Amino acid sequence: MTKFLKTASLAVIVGVLAMNSADAADKVRVAMLVKSLGNGFFEACKEGGIEASNELGNVELIYTGPTTATAEGQIELMNALIAQKVDAIAISANDADALVPVAKKAAERGIKVISFDSGIASGRLLQLNPSNASLIGQKQVQMALDAVGKAGGDVAILSATAQATNQNIWIAEMKKELAKPEFSSLKLVSTVYGDDQADKSYRETQGLLKSFPNLKAIIAPTSVGIVAAAKAVADQGLIGKVYVTGLGLPSEMKGHVQSGATKSFAIWNPVDLGYTAVYAAVQFTKGELKGKAGEKVPVGRMGTLTIDDKGEAAMAEPFTFDKDNVLKYAKYF
Amino acid sequence: MRRDFILAGVILGLALLIGWRAPVFLTLATLDDIATDTAILAMMALAQMLVILTRGIDLSVAAMLAFCGMAAALVGQALPELPVGLLLILGPAVGLGLGAINGAFVAWLNVPPIVVTLASMSLYRGATFLLSGGLWVSSHDMPAAFREFPTERLFGLTHLVWLALLAVLLAYGVLRYSRFGRSIYTYGGNPSAARYVGIASKRVLFSVYAISGAVAGLCGALWVGRYGIAFTDAAQGFELQIIAACVIGGVSIAGGIGTVLGCLLGVIFLGIIGNALPIMAISPFWQMLIFGAVILAAVTINRQKGRAAKIILRPKTAEGG
Repeated sequence: MTKFLKTASLAVIVGVLAMNSADAADKVRVAMLVKSLGNGFFEACKEGGIEASNELGNVELIYTGPTTATAEGQIELMNALIAQKVDAIAISANDADALVPVAKKAAERGIKVISFDSGIASGRLLQLNPSNASLIGQKQVQMALDAVGKAGGDVAILSATAQATNQNIWIAEMKKELAKPEFSSLKLVSTVYGDDQADKSYRETQGLLKSFPNLKAIIAPTSVGIVAAAKAVADQGLIGKVYVTGLGLPSEMKGHVQSGATKSFAIWNPVDLGYTAVYAAVQFTKGELKGKAGEKVPVGRMGTLTIDDKGEAAMAEPFTFDKDNVLKYAKYF
Repeated sequence: MRRDFILAGVILGLALLIGWRAPVFLTLATLDDIATDTAILAMMALAQMLVILTRGIDLSVAAMLAFCGMAAALVGQALPELPVGLLLILGPAVGLGLGAINGAFVAWLNVPPIVVTLASMSLYRGATFLLSGGLWVSSHDMPAAFREFPTERLFGLTHLVWLALLAVLLAYGVLRYSRFGRSIYTYGGNPSAARYVGIASKRVLFSVYAISGAVAGLCGALWVGRYGIAFTDAAQGFELQIIAACVIGGVSIAGGIGTVLGCLLGVIFLGIIGNALPIMAISPFWQMLIFGAVILAAVTINRQKGRAAKIILRPKTAEGG
């Protein structure tokens, strides 16, 4: 018996050593290039990316991004990553078009480029959408209706910058939803832009509250905007009269959910998104996938992605947080 | 003085014009919001004016604001029992240190202010990121008293407005009556002459940057409490608004010229624009365009007419001619 144990453990050790040396030889280097550093959402994406690279075993994750959310900063970093000869890049872009030439350049050098969260127009093998834009639009309008009740009323949208790719798609989807009969009691009175700056978002919210005294709900599909809007509503003493909903992070929203300024908000799990992005990027480095419509990409615990005719794939539908579950998730992201 | 009247007239006209388009603008509640909202800009602009008066510029103020705000928020998060007064002192204390670094480079190492503060702008912003590890401190992580202090009311006005009024009085008193204040004007008007009349130029230079840092630090603590969030990008680009407020108010970038009243009018002007555009529901691209055009117009109307004010002894013949 002891002999068997010895042999077995020796075999395991040899096996581990062999795996380690194999790792060192052909480690896949994947870069996650985010919109900007210091954003809680992307920090959570990083956690998921680390999880995926640990699970896959032979992956080295490089997490990077500009200090301010500009396309110029991302282009510089892309060039640096090309020079480092990474195997794959997963990017969340600050501009849908500006990153295209440098993405094509990376592809020419054999680097597999995919985009996630906020996409680039072309030059990537896959755009990984955190969810389906129409599901996101529907969810937010539904949350607004749930917050104000059946009677409905005036609603407004507080967005990030006026040229943000994902924001504008979601706004378009929300407008489609609002046109449907089940949401006819909600009336969209204004769309304003807070540029993802706390002070400007706060000021824009104050403007909304003044200009539209009958306002019942504000939908902010941005993590900076939703916090600023909830703070402004609370400061104006309008908790219970105006509800803030949209997309935010549980750790940043838990205070506002407890105060009642927000009844519910949604977000896809950024940990899952980072996990899926890195997992998918690694699958592309194996060389079999070409990013064609109909191809299926296995993504570990998140199941399988199916690439559509626009070269995009959706991960899952957004997840709703309210006072019952926000504290639990606030610990994670 | 005449320039100030023109600017005041423009502000009044603008307010009436906006009130005509959106009547809600001309209410006491809006006035209160604008005052509270521009209080931080007012304090920052006054401190920036001191620097500009010495022919310098401080581009790092918004980065110092973000750093000190983050520092105060992190300490508040870690030690929620700490009295709010200590957190509000911590902001300017840290800011004083950051400003002193700027001041030392400008005054004793003779590096041009625009270079020093451009570099430190990036340095302090990076340090903010390192300090926080990239994470946010959001409102419920801060002590309630810290969060509530800026908008708490005393005799009907928010603490922010009171602090701004105090800053105005202090700046007015110092610039008009103190030896330090007069030295700033003298140095800005003519650095060589200032040296000949025995002004400790280096000490004056060092002090204005240190003050600028301390004020940015105080504003950082207030900003974070007011908006209930401390993050790396806080007040990104705010330095340009601050400098714009000074320039609109007639503070000469060439140094030596500028008044507290003018600076304050510049702040009110920007405050009205910044708060009116959202109320008027104008597209964001038009907002940017209008903002730029209005600044250009205001500066043109309010421009320094030659350097006439600097001629101390006017030749007799010129007066007669």
